[in-house]
Amino acid sequence: MGWTRFFRRRYWDDERARELDAYLQIETDDNVARGMPPAEARAAAQRRLGNATRVREEIYEMNTLTWLEQRYHDLRYGARVLARNPTFAAVAILTLALGTGANTAMFQVMNAVWLRPLPVERPEQLVSVELVPHKGGRSGSRTGRYSVLSVPEWEQIRTRQHVFSSAAVWGTAFFNIARGGPMQLVEGIWASGAFFDTVGVQAWRGRLLTPADDRRGCGSPGVVLSYAFWQRQFGGEPVIGRPMSLDGHPVEILGITPPAFTGIEVGRSFDVAAPLCAVPLLEGPPDPYTTSTLWFLDAIGRLAPGMSVQQASARLGALSPAIYHATLPATYDAEDRQGYLALTLTAVPAGTGVSTLRDAYQTPVWILLGITGLVLLIACANLANLMLARATTRVREISVRLAIGASRRRIVEQLVAESLLVAVLGTAAGLLVARWSSAALVALIARGGTALSLDVAFDARVFGFAIGIAVLACLIFGLTPALRATAVDPGTAMKVGARGTTEAAGRFTLRSSLVVVQVALSLVLVVGALLFARTARNLATQPMGFQPRHVLVAALDLTPANVPADPSAMFHERLLSRIRALPGVEAAAEVSVLPIDGSGWNDRVVVDGREAQTLPMFNAITPGYFDVMQTPIAIGRDFQRADAIGPLAAIVNETFARRYLGSGDPLGRTFDVVTPVGTPRPRYTIVGVVKDSKYSSLRQPLLPIAYLDMDQRPADDSSPHLMVRSGLALPAITGEITRTMAKANPEISLRYRTMESVIDAGLSRERLMAILSGVFGGLAALIAMLGLYGVMSYAVARRRVEIGIRMALGAEAASVLRMVLRQAGALLAAGLLIGGVLAIAAARTAASLLYGIQPWDPLTLGASMAGLAIVGALATWLPARRASHVDPTVALRQD
Amino acid sequence: MQGELLQGTLDLLILKTLALGPAHGHTIAHVIEHRSDAVLQVEHGSLYPALHRLEDRGWIASFWGTSENNRRARYYRLTPRGRQQLADQTSRWDEIVRAINRILRPAEE
Repeated sequence: MGWTRFFRRRYWDDERARELDAYLQIETDDNVARGMPPAEARAAAQRRLGNATRVREEIYEMNTLTWLEQRYHDLRYGARVLARNPTFAAVAILTLALGTGANTAMFQVMNAVWLRPLPVERPEQLVSVELVPHKGGRSGSRTGRYSVLSVPEWEQIRTRQHVFSSAAVWGTAFFNIARGGPMQLVEGIWASGAFFDTVGVQAWRGRLLTPADDRRGCGSPGVVLSYAFWQRQFGGEPVIGRPMSLDGHPVEILGITPPAFTGIEVGRSFDVAAPLCAVPLLEGPPDPYTTSTLWFLDAIGRLAPGMSVQQASARLGALSPAIYHATLPATYDAEDRQGYLALTLTAVPAGTGVSTLRDAYQTPVWILLGITGLVLLIACANLANLMLARATTRVREISVRLAIGASRRRIVEQLVAESLLVAVLGTAAGLLVARWSSAALVALIARGGTALSLDVAFDARVFGFAIGIAVLACLIFGLTPALRATAVDPGTAMKVGARGTTEAAGRFTLRSSLVVVQVALSLVLVVGALLFARTARNLATQPMGFQPRHVLVAALDLTPANVPADPSAMFHERLLSRIRALPGVEAAAEVSVLPIDGSGWNDRVVVDGREAQTLPMFNAITPGYFDVMQTPIAIGRDFQRADAIGPLAAIVNETFARRYLGSGDPLGRTFDVVTPVGTPRPRYTIVGVVKDSKYSSLRQPLLPIAYLDMDQRPADDSSPHLMVRSGLALPAITGEITRTMAKANPEISLRYRTMESVIDAGLSRERLMAILSGVFGGLAALIAMLGLYGVMSYAVARRRVEIGIRMALGAEAASVLRMVLRQAGALLAAGLLIGGVLAIAAARTAASLLYGIQPWDPLTLGASMAGLAIVGALATWLPARRASHVDPTVALRQD
Repeated sequence: MQGELLQGTLDLLILKTLALGPAHGHTIAHVIEHRSDAVLQVEHGSLYPALHRLEDRGWIASFWGTSENNRRARYYRLTPRGRQQLADQTSRWDEIVRAINRILRPAEE
């Protein structure tokens, strides 16, 4: 009943108006009948009825939801006020849009990487099996991004565990789906038979892998495609049962996963899933089923009913000794055994999938969220200041309303409604900003070749976050000024507004302190931006020990080419001499571990009969590598063709020589490499010493490196990198190389990159931090300076009369100028001082992201302060000039 | 005594008045004043909201009619639910009056 009345409240209001009118007429008639003159009769009737409008209002309120109605009126009033001040509205909405947009975009990334559950059945039941953090490494080979388990370890877990209702393993891989020529690498996963069933995914087309597909020794395996890959590669054509090529082997397509499922790894979508049993066929020896030192798998399990993650962890921990005893590699010596047997397994929740991004980007994302939070805070402080300024101009209106009986609460509600409107509009615009900038953010993280697929789509959590910050912002910039504005005694307020005296000190102090806060926070952001920019610059421009310009890298896949093991040295040499003969090629070589690509190889060495305490890094190269990289040879010589049949030779870098060989001539000295128990230790003779260079990452210090001759080693590396130095344009040189390769062996697959892009990819995190902190730092400084300008302009406007009097009494323009500048200078100085302390504290929390610079770097701090002080002086100059140009006769005559 | 109506009693008086037959607002006010020998003065400011409230609850219904001296007026009549309500409220009123009297004049019990 109430609801129908609500929607018909206008009708009822009309009805009651007519009814009251009828009453008046009847009463008037009665009065006339009693003998009153008509005019008096009407007046008496009206007196009798009282305030007809009030009666109607009372009835109207009965018909309506007063609360809702009032809010609606407040919002309409707010909208009208905003529409009358379009500049204010635009500035407010824009600043807020930037602030909320930046925060929402950051949260979208956070949501995509950390919070969103996998699109599978009951994701909360999924756990991933991890190693409890342990000291020392395991000797052996770890490949893929989640290399926790070997196949023998997995088989032990599978037979012993009673923790999971089902469990499976998976590993990451790259598959080449081209047959010869340019490589076409796709994101692959190895999956044990129960993988899809455990994760809880149903087939979209065809069928998914089952334990029957994953039997050891399976010949040509069946594979499962992701929906996205199916669309991209096959255009959604029916492909079930059709063959495709995987690393040169024919495989059959069994089925396709649903569109929403992109694998359990966040940030990387899989393209092709192959059964675990296909590893020996596709990867070649050694056989992972019999080798205990090949770690490339991660286990995922679905908790048995009633089992908690803690219980599962405890059970796995208790099982660990038995599992590791049963799989102890026979080749381990005492030290390795001890480390291996101490390993402990544990379970961690995996309902949101797993991701290497979480470790790499945890600190950056938190810091960026902090930065965007500060930007929003600065924007809110600025808005609060604008609101306060506007409230001051409305002080008379508010006083009048308070004086004629409006409750303070109602006026505050009205003022806050206006802020709410700004907050809602600003956040709506902010969502647009976020939509665009989150995509840009993902592109920025992915720049430089990192494959990254992040779904940053809006979901309930993102909207919740946006609404949350909108409300928070509204409270900060709306409520305080509203409370401030209504806390006036109507009498004084009206007097103040009437005549240009100086205003009450209290309100001005609030506005000043808001400016101080803005300046302080923006200094923090500017300092951060400079620190991150210098970090990125330090990393990119530090001496790397080689010249990346004009170096082309081609990843070679020789597996399907069946290059015979023994004559492989000759094959490589023939290939290289052909490439060196190409016009425009200055040098060419092959290398096994590409620098700055993140991968590495270390080994234990014995020098003079004693094992070294630390492990040096290794690399295998062909002659000419140092020419390509332009790493100078300090003493001795490069490898030569003759070394291929001579005694084992090595070239070490200066750090290696210093650390392991002590003083004296390193040439002719030897070191042994520790090999599995029972096999002879190869002894290498040092033939040259090269200058130090960076190994697997730009952040690492210069490490000891031993270079071995690739020609002296049996072909244990079937995917070396071809390095070519050439001043030619890219397409010309890659075309030549591809043709030369195809002539040598059409089965060889190639993938090109430039050395500069490899380095660029290694800098993606630093670039992200530098660019974003720079943008936000600039934005924050701009908003803060607008705030300073606003407050100073306002102060000057309020003091026009006072300044006029001073000038009339003989103050010079210059001294007025100084007076205003001094006032602004005090605000700036206070802000910079507080900001300096905050900046040092903030930079210390980000210290792990910095490189080659201290968090309290005085130059950075000083430059930031000076920069802000200069911009601040500029922002004050205009109002100060205006003050010094006040014409006393005009100023004193106004009002 | 200047008749200030007790909270809630105006509703009861309106229902009782309408039990005699349909009437418009002006008549209702007059009837209440006359029958109380002008002790109870009906605030017109509260009469119309009260009528509205009763109609909203479905105890009375309204229609436009013509008054004694040919004026258009909004007439109210009691609905069956209103009649029931009148009975309930009357007995409730009697109870309260008895209770108050027991307190005010204990000796007469």
